[in-house]
Amino acid sequence: MLAFLRDRKVRGYIFQLITITFVVAFLWYIGVNTSHNIEQRGIRTGFDFLNSTAGFGIDDSPISYTSSDTYARVFLIGILNTLIVSFVAIILATILGLIVGVLSLSKNWLIKKLMNSYVEIFINIPVLLQILFWYNVVLRSLPSPRGSLDFFGKIFINNRGVYIPKPALNSTTISIIVSVFAVFIFIYFLNNWANKRKERTGEDFAVLPIGIGLLVVAPILGYFIGGANFDFSYPHLQGFGFVGGKQYYPEFISLTMALTVFTATFIAEAVRSGIEAVSKGQKEAAASIGLSHYQALKLVILPQALRISIPPIINQYLNLLKNSSLATAIGYPEIVTVFAGTTLNQVGQAIEIISMTMLVYLVISLSVSAFLNWINFKMKIKER
Amino acid sequence: MEVYKKIEAKKAPSSSVGAIIWMRKNLFSSPLNTAMTLLAIAFLFWVIPPFIKWAITDANFKGTTKADCTGDGACWVFIKVKLQMFMYGFYPEVERWRVNLTYGLFLVVIVAFKYLKHSMTKIAIATVYFIIAFFLIHGGYFGLAEVDTNKWGGLMLTIVISAVGIIFSFPLGILFAFGRDSKLPIIKSISVTYIEFIRAVPLITILFLSAVILPLFFPEGISFNKLLRAMIGLVLFEAAYVSETIRGGLQAIPSGQHEAADAIGLSYWQKMLLIILPQALKVAIPNLVGVFISLFQNTTLVLIIGLFDLLAMVQLTTSDAHWLGFETEGYVFVTLVFWVFCYLMSKYSKSLENRFNTDLK
Repeated sequence: MLAFLRDRKVRGYIFQLITITFVVAFLWYIGVNTSHNIEQRGIRTGFDFLNSTAGFGIDDSPISYTSSDTYARVFLIGILNTLIVSFVAIILATILGLIVGVLSLSKNWLIKKLMNSYVEIFINIPVLLQILFWYNVVLRSLPSPRGSLDFFGKIFINNRGVYIPKPALNSTTISIIVSVFAVFIFIYFLNNWANKRKERTGEDFAVLPIGIGLLVVAPILGYFIGGANFDFSYPHLQGFGFVGGKQYYPEFISLTMALTVFTATFIAEAVRSGIEAVSKGQKEAAASIGLSHYQALKLVILPQALRISIPPIINQYLNLLKNSSLATAIGYPEIVTVFAGTTLNQVGQAIEIISMTMLVYLVISLSVSAFLNWINFKMKIKER
Repeated sequence: MEVYKKIEAKKAPSSSVGAIIWMRKNLFSSPLNTAMTLLAIAFLFWVIPPFIKWAITDANFKGTTKADCTGDGACWVFIKVKLQMFMYGFYPEVERWRVNLTYGLFLVVIVAFKYLKHSMTKIAIATVYFIIAFFLIHGGYFGLAEVDTNKWGGLMLTIVISAVGIIFSFPLGILFAFGRDSKLPIIKSISVTYIEFIRAVPLITILFLSAVILPLFFPEGISFNKLLRAMIGLVLFEAAYVSETIRGGLQAIPSGQHEAADAIGLSYWQKMLLIILPQALKVAIPNLVGVFISLFQNTTLVLIIGLFDLLAMVQLTTSDAHWLGFETEGYVFVTLVFWVFCYLMSKYSKSLENRFNTDLK
């Protein structure tokens, strides 16, 4: 009579039905409890709090902010700071990771050992510990503002951060920025054109040297076109601290350094394993058809190595972004610190605030994943 | 019959052996290489001698008070005095034998595992061990005084959280991996949503969630202590990563294995647990150890929600009025402990990789 229970399909349906019942019942249970608890404890709900005055200060803000601004602006500053610190650390970690990864395959014994020990040391230390170490030990040991390390009287380093001259946003700086952007767009189209021409005629076109040359020449041109006037604001000592110039706070520096040093170890490993994964036969074949060392690297080895390395590297970028949330331990004002931390303490609407914070990471992560899938699709070996 | 005299092989010419030749080949083969070697040597000279001077030559090892620390070197007296704090936190001194006994029993279990063949006995012994460990450390039964979890701290807390994280996230991760590989659409979409959601957000937000929102989810009578909430958050978080690693292993299993298991009439669970999972784990274990290393490192985050793990002990001990200003020693010591644990685990994963590598034999 119960023979239909032996049917795999039927069992599948029943099993799914039971699971979904449990999930829904559980969600319903916590939903009822939560709304009851919220009512009981008199916690407000809704997103009205975003429009009320925050009332606390944020030192390191990329956009103007005073303590009379709203929580919505705090939220925005949090997101911007997360993106800024992640962006800077990603650039630095990529450079460091590429160098270490390539050098760890060097024929030089000492360099190889040095690079391997760098990876082995820093990959095995929790990143939070590294952040706290930079913040509490390295940057604390710097001199006070009065005894700052002084570079040419223009750059100062002390235990309150790094001060550099800041160019004013005038016609010169704008024209330099515009010229660099223009060069990048030009190189993109030039590259497309060169690739097409190569497919048609087989002739090479030196895009890379031309691009680098343009990147050097264009900002210089832009400098003169824009009026050749940077109008720097220089940092100088006033009272007990520095004024003028651009200040990088110790929180920002220690977070950037720790994330860079930690993530670079993973990037180095990805680069190294990517290059190692290209089989020896490929190199020998490239040499046997008469390609030079540089040609073999550019046309045979790197395209294959990159295909293997890029997905794990982008995953590391995501990890870096998520690890930037550890800033809350040292108080760099990114989203977890100012929003899931200070704002939550003041407002108390945990559900709304933590959901919004998670949503930010969710949106960034999912868009990066989508981008990664697109890259994987583009880089897939096209077989006939 | 002619007898041939054995002639020893000629030695390699002196132009290809010896320390100098080795150096010429490996360190100074080209001008660029020479420059890099010299740069590296300069770097090592810049870093290592000052560190050795600070940590060993000029350091103070003897004494019991801050006054015993003279000179510029490290003050290891601080670590010596505070070592009990670093190891046990506020765990009562008279009860610390229970923690040590738990460590000791762990070694016994490891040795026993070497001689046991049957995996069922192993699992049984491990389960019994963890139950005993819980009663020993937590207490409250069999005449052992209960030690409140907010007294747990230091390395012991780090180990407890990691152990709980590993033990519970592993089966949960396997379940989600099965779910994601399943052909049943609802099961699959629940698993995918869970895994992708968790992997997209940072651990700290999950910990905040379990610390702040979790109590709201349950009726008033039910309350979790801080440690349990942190553990729940960590387990839920790591399960997603474990499941992705195991899924990597599952995908490496050729479909012939599935078909063969179906053909001999095994049920889904028999097939998965007896045929597929053992092979998938073999592939996944090296990466799983990597996940567990990051889990171990991630336990440091509990200090942000107010638990006193090994890392939090640095801040706690250096805020003692008698011992102000020894952050450097504290951080270096804690770094060393974490590093040794993680390094040993990563070496273990490398050795497992070699042991399980049955392809190339």
